[in-house]
Order: sequence, then structure tokens, then C-alpha cells
Amino acid sequence: MIPFNRTCKQVAAILIAREDRRLGRSDWFALRIHLAMCEACPGFERQILLMRAGLRNWRNYRDVDESSS
Amino acid sequence: MPNFEQQIIALRDYLLRFAKLQLRNDAWAEDAVSETVLAALSKPHSFDNRSQLKTWLVGILKHKIIDAMRLHSRDMSSSDSSPDEQSDPLDDMYFRAGDHFAQAPAEWGNPQEQVSTQQFFIILEACADKLPPTQGRLFLMREWLELSCEEICKDLNVTPTNLYVQLHRARLRLRECLELNWFIKARA
Repeated sequence: MIPFNRTCKQVAAILIAREDRRLGRSDWFALRIHLAMCEACPGFERQILLMRAGLRNWRNYRDVDESSS
Repeated sequence: MPNFEQQIIALRDYLLRFAKLQLRNDAWAEDAVSETVLAALSKPHSFDNRSQLKTWLVGILKHKIIDAMRLHSRDMSSSDSSPDEQSDPLDDMYFRAGDHFAQAPAEWGNPQEQVSTQQFFIILEACADKLPPTQGRLFLMREWLELSCEEICKDLNVTPTNLYVQLHRARLRLRECLELNWFIKARA
């Protein structure tokens, strides 16, 4: 097996894992290589990053002025 | 201008919404909010605006919720039991033989401002609420309580491996729910 070869499915799992823990060296390299070469996975990465941004906005959001109260 | 006490009490429902989302148990959530309100009333502060007051109250609530989670950890750490909840959502995604995307993931566009609207937050909360209870709690411990994985493992006495599996499932489910209920609709 080629050391840094990963399937899209494995890369999707790595991109999800990255939200919660530091990647090991080999996953980190494999991710960079795969993202540089794959057409589909950068789109998945953008989704995950946008979700991260959305969650951060949500957590910090306070200005709802509920008209009912 | 309502007085301090009235302002706090008016925000009870706001706090309860988060407490229920995180604890997934109405009685525990009510208790955590009551303790928060009592703690707040015992140390009056003045705030320039409602947003600051909310931030302060949410800060107190988070501490009360963490206490509640430790207290009830035994009831919480059990895994979600239905087979559907045990499955890996990645297996439901569309991969070709050889595990490559059969279809490029949808472009969600570049809607940075789109994910900071109140409508988005409503969908996000609904999607988080739809997660199976254990996955939902662990996910929100990361994303709302902002605890590290180490802290979560310690507080709930779960193994890192189990935690990562649950978070993996939760994040993929949330992704799917947001895609169906927000990003695709927003583009339509």
C-alpha cells in the first residue's frame, strides 16, 4: 500500500476528526496530498469549515431580541 | 426599564432552551436554570444592554450544566441504542467502489453571512436537537460548552475512542441535516 494514499471516504473521516483532535503526522500529510489532487474532497472540506464557522457564530450569538419578552 | 430581577426572569425561557438542548432531560434542565437564576439574583450586576446580560447568564448556566452532567454522568454515558444510531453515516454517503466520491459534495456557496443569521441558528438548533441523545450531548459539550475532549472523557467517564466515534457520527449527521434543511433550500 502506498503510505499516504487515502480514499475519499477515509479523507472525509479525517476531515471530521480534525474538528476534535490533532491529526497524526501521516494523516496530516495524507490529507494535504489528497486535497491537492482530488476534485471532490476540497468541496467536503469547505462544507466542514463552513459548519465550523456557523457553530462558532451560533455559540457567540446573543442579540436575539425576542419580541415576545 | 424593568429592574434587574425582572430582566433575569424574562430570560428564563432563553436559558431553558439551551439547557434542554444540552442536557436532553427536562427536569435536569429546569434545575440547572433555576440554580442559574438564583445565583444571578444573589449577585446583582448592572449591564449596558441585554446582550451583555445574556452572556453573563449563559456563563453561569454553563457552569451549572457541567455540574449537572457530572452528577448524572452515569445516566448519560450509555450509548444510544437503536441500530440506526450505531451506524456510521459515512456508509450512507455516496461513494463509488474504491471509496471515492461518486458525486462531488454540493457547493454550499460562500455564505459566511448566511451562517450568521437567526434563521440559520434556528435550523442548527433543530438539527442538533434531532441527534440521538448521547451524540447530541457529547457534540454540544464540544461546541457549546467548549470543553476539550480530555475534559469530556473525565467528566462523563467515557473513553477517547468512544468519544471520537460519537462525535464523528454527530458531526456527519449534523452536516447532512444542515445540507437538507438549510444549504440546499437556501440555494433553491
